[in-house]
Amino acid sequence: MANSLQFCSFYLDHLLLGVEIQSVQEVIRHLPMTRVPLASNVVSGLINLRGQIVTAVDLRRCLGMPDRATGQLPMNVVVRTADGPVSLLVDDIGDVIEVTDESYEPAPQNMSRQQKEMVQGVYKLDGRLLLVLNTERSLATGLEVA
Amino acid sequence: MQDDEAVREFLIESNENLAKLDRELVELEQQPGDEKLIASIFRTIHTIKGTSGFFGFSILGSITHIAENILSQVRDKQRELTPEIVSLILETVDAVKAVLTAIESNGAEGQDVYQELRERLTAVHKACGSLASAAAASASPASQPVNPVSKDAAALSQATVSSQPVPANRPPAEVSSAASETTTNNEIAHKEQEPAASASRTSALSDSTIRVDVTLLDKLMNLVGELVLARNQILQVVASQDSALTTTSQRLNLITTELQESVMKTRMQPIGVVWDKLPRVVRDLASSCGKKIQIEMDGAETELDKTIIEAIKDPLTHIVRNSCDHGIEMPDVRAQRGKNPQGRLSLRAFHEGGHVIIEISDDGAGIDAEKIKAKALSKGLIRAEQLAHLSEREVMNLVFLPALSTAETVTSISGRGVGMDVVKTNVEKIGGSVDLSSAVGEGTTIRIKIPLTLAIIPGLVVTLRAAQADGAAAKERFVIPQGSLLELIRLEGEAARRQIENIHGTPVYRRRGKLLPLVYLNRVLQVTEQGEQADVVNIVVLQAENHQFGLVVDGISDTQEIVVKPLGQQLKGLNCYAGASIMGDGRIALILDVLGLAQRAGVINEIRDRSMAEQTEELKKTTTDKKTFLVFAGPSEARMAVPLDRVARLEELPVSQIEQAGTQWVAQYRGEILPLIDLELAVEEKRERRRAREVFSEDSARLQVVVCNQDGHRVGLMVERIVDIVEDAAELKYPASRPGILYSAVINGQVTELIDIPAILQSTGISFMNQPQNEMNLAKATN
Repeated sequence: MANSLQFCSFYLDHLLLGVEIQSVQEVIRHLPMTRVPLASNVVSGLINLRGQIVTAVDLRRCLGMPDRATGQLPMNVVVRTADGPVSLLVDDIGDVIEVTDESYEPAPQNMSRQQKEMVQGVYKLDGRLLLVLNTERSLATGLEVA
Repeated sequence: MQDDEAVREFLIESNENLAKLDRELVELEQQPGDEKLIASIFRTIHTIKGTSGFFGFSILGSITHIAENILSQVRDKQRELTPEIVSLILETVDAVKAVLTAIESNGAEGQDVYQELRERLTAVHKACGSLASAAAASASPASQPVNPVSKDAAALSQATVSSQPVPANRPPAEVSSAASETTTNNEIAHKEQEPAASASRTSALSDSTIRVDVTLLDKLMNLVGELVLARNQILQVVASQDSALTTTSQRLNLITTELQESVMKTRMQPIGVVWDKLPRVVRDLASSCGKKIQIEMDGAETELDKTIIEAIKDPLTHIVRNSCDHGIEMPDVRAQRGKNPQGRLSLRAFHEGGHVIIEISDDGAGIDAEKIKAKALSKGLIRAEQLAHLSEREVMNLVFLPALSTAETVTSISGRGVGMDVVKTNVEKIGGSVDLSSAVGEGTTIRIKIPLTLAIIPGLVVTLRAAQADGAAAKERFVIPQGSLLELIRLEGEAARRQIENIHGTPVYRRRGKLLPLVYLNRVLQVTEQGEQADVVNIVVLQAENHQFGLVVDGISDTQEIVVKPLGQQLKGLNCYAGASIMGDGRIALILDVLGLAQRAGVINEIRDRSMAEQTEELKKTTTDKKTFLVFAGPSEARMAVPLDRVARLEELPVSQIEQAGTQWVAQYRGEILPLIDLELAVEEKRERRRAREVFSEDSARLQVVVCNQDGHRVGLMVERIVDIVEDAAELKYPASRPGILYSAVINGQVTELIDIPAILQSTGISFMNQPQNEMNLAKATN
């Protein structure tokens, strides 16, 4: 029996991405955000997560995708990292998806370089693909630019 | 093994006691007669001995036992305390420390049984205690048994006791007398009944104290932080409505404030906790280098947050070691230089504007800037051409570079060049700064400036009107730590535009006659400006290191206690923010880092300081008599200056305010009549041109006036424009070529004419006698 893993999935434009469920602290709707002038453009701002100040990183910008349309409010996927929680801004939230090792494949070679860096691999689901987000890497890019 | 909890308790307690011991022993050496000190040291050693016996730590027990015996002789006045004995006891303390460390790391006492140390201790003890060794000492005590209980009797029976210092390497002898053994054993038995409470005997105070884990305090602090935020939110909601809730919320407000203060206090420790160790460090260093150093401490009760205390522990020790090793000279060198052979190291701690300042100064050799330069060059830390551009202060601060040491030889103590850079990084890590000043031959002072606490600080909330992505204007809030705040200035309407001037695009404001560089917050942060030019300018005057600057913001809200929260890793690179805080409405505001902001805005600009230093370098060498001049453009763009101490104010008067009294131009100014001197007239003697001056024909024109003091009166010099305020020795002088000029001098690299105010007054016929307004003053003066 192959190992099965659970992924918290979310959408960015047409892409279905996922992060392992253990690293997700919570998923919340849009919160008021405080801009941080001079910060790198992937950092959207700071949110108040029940008294804790959490940096919100726009995944669209991390992946080099166009900004979401004005008026479309992002959702927060708060993930745990070594340096405390970080919120990933996504378009919409999906289901918790259970996958097995058998359906895994590394990211295809012909993805754009920026995206390939952020995507660890792909799980082949029924009729669609779940891209596994490399959280550490995505957040590190924000750091480099800053 | 025994109950781990109890052992840990013992370790913590013993370590604390040992730290105290170090200090007390050094103190005792200076005041050998202090019975209280002896008793306290005795008790401490005794406590460690007793408890280690209880836990079965035999090595610890036996070392401390002999040390205790020696101390009891001292206590009972059977012998005098000599430096040798103090050294020996200190050595014992070190051995105890080593054993304790071993216990802490692996639960056992370790392999070293300290046989040699024990033998030496025993020898010293014997030398005093036994009659056999009395021959070696010229006048040694008569009786052997030592009985701490019958102390008075013992003291009586040995009325005149004085013992000689005993060489430390005496042959081994057997352990002390049975009499003292039994007494101490009794005490051990007593100890065993309540080992944990043993510390309580040392002072009555400790009865009311309890040990709390620091992490628990940290958690408590965080919770209180949250409570403060919740309180702020409730206050904001309640303020908008009148209800029974108001009273309750006010009570909540008071209680929260008090709770916050109390919790803060639990984390505060006097800086003496760290300082206690230093006399020992200094003593050991001094004796190992053959120097005499006296340490003075002032302000040991100054309290600091626990985390800060921890952070400055190592830097402080480093600095003190450096001072002892490199700073203070050998006694004979000091005597040659006409100084007291005993070096002085002084530590001072005090509060200053929300910060704690720690000053470590020595009266040693000081730091030779040339030596640093040479060293930095030879180590390849800096290039020769770079070095040539450095100011003296910058050269001094090269000391903080890694791998730079001015010590000629590397000793076991210091000189390897690691240290000062660690000091700097450690201090900066906790938001502090280090500054070094030194005079060759006179000594060195290191000044550490650290924040009082890291958790909750008072801050000023300012706002910016910024354009949002969707085009709507919104107010963004920023918090400025109160500690760096000097004053607030509000300029309205016309004044706002008029009083802010530009020097090549750099906005400045004249604040009480001095130019204050202005920094626009929205420009520094690159926040898009919204809407039209404001008719109100709010200037927040801030202090960043030694520089002052004005931060222009769109609005100033109020001051608030804010809880500083760190920013995430993604934002660490931004030096203009010190953190963030959650405001009363639940939204987040960024806390500005004044120093970082100033750096980003270029207010703290080493290059500018550098060029100034370069220009004046030559003059500095020949004279220290530097003056500050106000440089301005006179008639026909002539570069002129007056000494700044003569200048009362700089004014801008509209031409409409200029009136004529006889042949004299005057203006009403601050309830007086201010005679105005037309420099063109005064120095060029063109009496006719004055009336034709174009300036006067245009009512809207403004006159730049330098108001000067002359014999208690004010006169206004009408100038074309203010150029700068310059500090210069004005060494190169040239005789005046026209009347009204004292001499010409090179100021800031350009030939400048110095105005002779009395001569001008005479030549223009201004006499204060003629002015009725001043008759009174003059009458007073002549009386």
